[in-house]
Amino acid sequence: MERIDIHPTHSSGNYRLRCGRPLPFGATLIAGGVNFSIYSSHATSCTLVLFKRHQPEPVAEILFPEEFRIGNVWSMIVFDLDYENLEYGYRMDGPVDFQQGHWFNPQKILMDPYAKIIGGRDVWGIEPDWSNAYQHRARLAFDDFDWGNDRPLEIPPEDQIIYEMHVRGFTQHPSSGVKETHRGTFAAVRDKIPYLKQLGVNAIELMPIFEFDEFENSRCHPETNELLLNYWGYSTVGFFAPKAGYAATGKYGMQVDELKSLVKDLHKNGIEVILDVVFNHTAEGNENGPYISFRGIDNKTYYMLTPEGYYFNFSGCGNTLNCNHPIVRNIVLDCLRYWVSEYHIDGFRFDLASILGRDPWGAPLANPPLLETLAFDPILAKCKLIAEAWDAGGLYQVGSFPAYGRWAEWNGKYRDDIRQFLKGDAGKVGAMAQCLQGSPDLYASAGRGPATSINFITAHDGFTLADLVSYNGKHNAANGEYNSDGSNDNESWNCGAEGWTEDPSINALRQRQIRNAIAMLMVSQGVPMLLMGDELGRSQHGNNNTYCHDNELNWLDWDLLKTNQDLFHFVSHCLHFRQAHPVLRNRYHFQNRDYVGSGYADISWHGTQAWQADWSEASRTLAFMLCGKHAKQGSVTDNYIYVAMNMYWDTQWFEVPALPASLKWHVSVNTGSPFDHFAIGVEPELEHQHGLLMRDHSVAILVGR
Amino acid sequence: MSFSATTQINGKTAIISIAGELDAASAPAFRQEIEQAAAANPEHLVLEMSELEYMASAGLRVLIFAKQKMGVNVDVYVVAAQEMVLETLEKTGFDQSVIIADRYDTAVTA
Repeated sequence: MERIDIHPTHSSGNYRLRCGRPLPFGATLIAGGVNFSIYSSHATSCTLVLFKRHQPEPVAEILFPEEFRIGNVWSMIVFDLDYENLEYGYRMDGPVDFQQGHWFNPQKILMDPYAKIIGGRDVWGIEPDWSNAYQHRARLAFDDFDWGNDRPLEIPPEDQIIYEMHVRGFTQHPSSGVKETHRGTFAAVRDKIPYLKQLGVNAIELMPIFEFDEFENSRCHPETNELLLNYWGYSTVGFFAPKAGYAATGKYGMQVDELKSLVKDLHKNGIEVILDVVFNHTAEGNENGPYISFRGIDNKTYYMLTPEGYYFNFSGCGNTLNCNHPIVRNIVLDCLRYWVSEYHIDGFRFDLASILGRDPWGAPLANPPLLETLAFDPILAKCKLIAEAWDAGGLYQVGSFPAYGRWAEWNGKYRDDIRQFLKGDAGKVGAMAQCLQGSPDLYASAGRGPATSINFITAHDGFTLADLVSYNGKHNAANGEYNSDGSNDNESWNCGAEGWTEDPSINALRQRQIRNAIAMLMVSQGVPMLLMGDELGRSQHGNNNTYCHDNELNWLDWDLLKTNQDLFHFVSHCLHFRQAHPVLRNRYHFQNRDYVGSGYADISWHGTQAWQADWSEASRTLAFMLCGKHAKQGSVTDNYIYVAMNMYWDTQWFEVPALPASLKWHVSVNTGSPFDHFAIGVEPELEHQHGLLMRDHSVAILVGR
Repeated sequence: MSFSATTQINGKTAIISIAGELDAASAPAFRQEIEQAAAANPEHLVLEMSELEYMASAGLRVLIFAKQKMGVNVDVYVVAAQEMVLETLEKTGFDQSVIIADRYDTAVTA
């Protein structure tokens, strides 16, 4: 029998129509046509605008018949469309009242907030035609990708090692060795999977990949005249569409396939994919920004507005998305569900997540509905939720972000404490002990485990690791803001000279400090995150805010893999060492006691004397031992591990705690030695079993077996 | 150049030769050939592409359809694809789902 619900009932010009289905929102391919559905709380009429791909002028405009509106949703099926070459938008009419927050303007063509593919910036860096009335052009995507047996990996969070990367920066440099047509794309990340495996990471965190406009606020440097772009992409144009310019096939509109194929291959190699998502603001900017989508669809609903009608600016980027409005909450949920179910994404890191906990007037909520909704959603149930637990409006929630048993946090306190301990500051030994244990001071009392803490020393925002040990201050002149941008609180130490130097002792110290940082990060409980390129000693010449540079300042130079091969091997060793030792990756906090009858506490603290850590203000030394019989709460058996850290300016003798009679200490890492690491399983015995001499600013890791 | 597709069934092998430009306009014709080939229950589906000059997203969609229509037990061969087509298959990862070859006869005996 022939279905009758797929036959047209109305017409407009040459187009045959039928009342659509309100759900799902967006444009959906159905038998014989396309179902368009869009909502607005305040619009009075809505017109569908159809384009042939790349054409500046529309081919048709179809006013939604009044009977096609249910509640605040307009939905319509248009039959016989050439959906492969279709771009579509909307015009909305409604009140204009600045103080009330209404910005309706039927002259503007608006992008569907649910657009799954967005054209208009198909190839990265090609200057757009600004005269085009419709800049970011919604298109249809297809759900026919063959995932085979794939699904999100669900690696236990405490077993993760995250690598934060910029898709373009990872392979755009000519030295990357990938095909020229792949450089800077998802396809090229796929080409580099063997490298990621060799390094030892099992999750990559991609800086924003939702469609953004690299030309948003593009400008020329006032002195050098260099074109500065929105390179990092923390400014979303469309929440459901992958950035076309990050796909080698973006110009053919196949970015969906290319990204899915990357995810599938990463999964096949045991690597998860975490997306850095920006829900705190959009690319529409402040009162002077463009109409892209929300502003013309329902400004009052989507943005936090002052009583006078201006945009609140908790994001530092011009506007603030009204995340705890029920409408906005739903689109955020729809978005994340889409990425998990359609792209098999393993987790999300929420940029300036504290904004997501503010009410529509900006006040922090005790029980933010959005954060709670995400935490309890069945589709998101197994994916990682990671908060950048602060915002640009002064809310700082590291340790207190509303967690619902689900949310992890970028641990900014870990970053600052470990940096201070690393450079030899006094009074940091106690704080360092917390860092090494997964920050129980922040999380244990709330019943949150060590994996709540995303441990990092460096991230895209701030110095690279090589710069952290080479610069005392930021050097941001290249950003064209007279060095006024970027953080001034870097807790960095240049080791004796600012920037590049020929002094061999300074360079040797820097090399040790880089290794010390990596070693500390990899023996800390919690989830370590490594910044792209730190394994190769990548420098940004002291620039700690490279958001606007599409050049070698941000592109990873793969020749470093040759010049800094030793460092790469060291870092890779530390990552694999962590993966080899479950005692470094506990799900629950230490209890500081022996609860399995091994004769040793799960963790014990030491100093230059065994069993006597020096907690005094002047102390710059710390050592600890982990009992392998307590690994994963005693459910598995691991080796004993001892880590000594001498951040003092002189060589010191560290007395090492005695092992059970049949075991011996072996040397895995000693950053103070010319042989800074030894392969897992074949580590040499420690020369004197009762102790070792540690040079200034060095870290040693011993294995007892 | 306009699109053409012809199907040959040799026992358990179905060979579809496609030529010209595979885009939204020509995709339905290609799809029809695939359905016809699938009806013969082949073990191998060979897509001969030496004359295929261009493939749009719609073309990729039909290839994905072909692979899924045939099922996991049928090997799909993409033979003699030109550079542009091959590049597209690689970047989108479809090359992982099929067997890419210069010639079918040597690929199948290898």
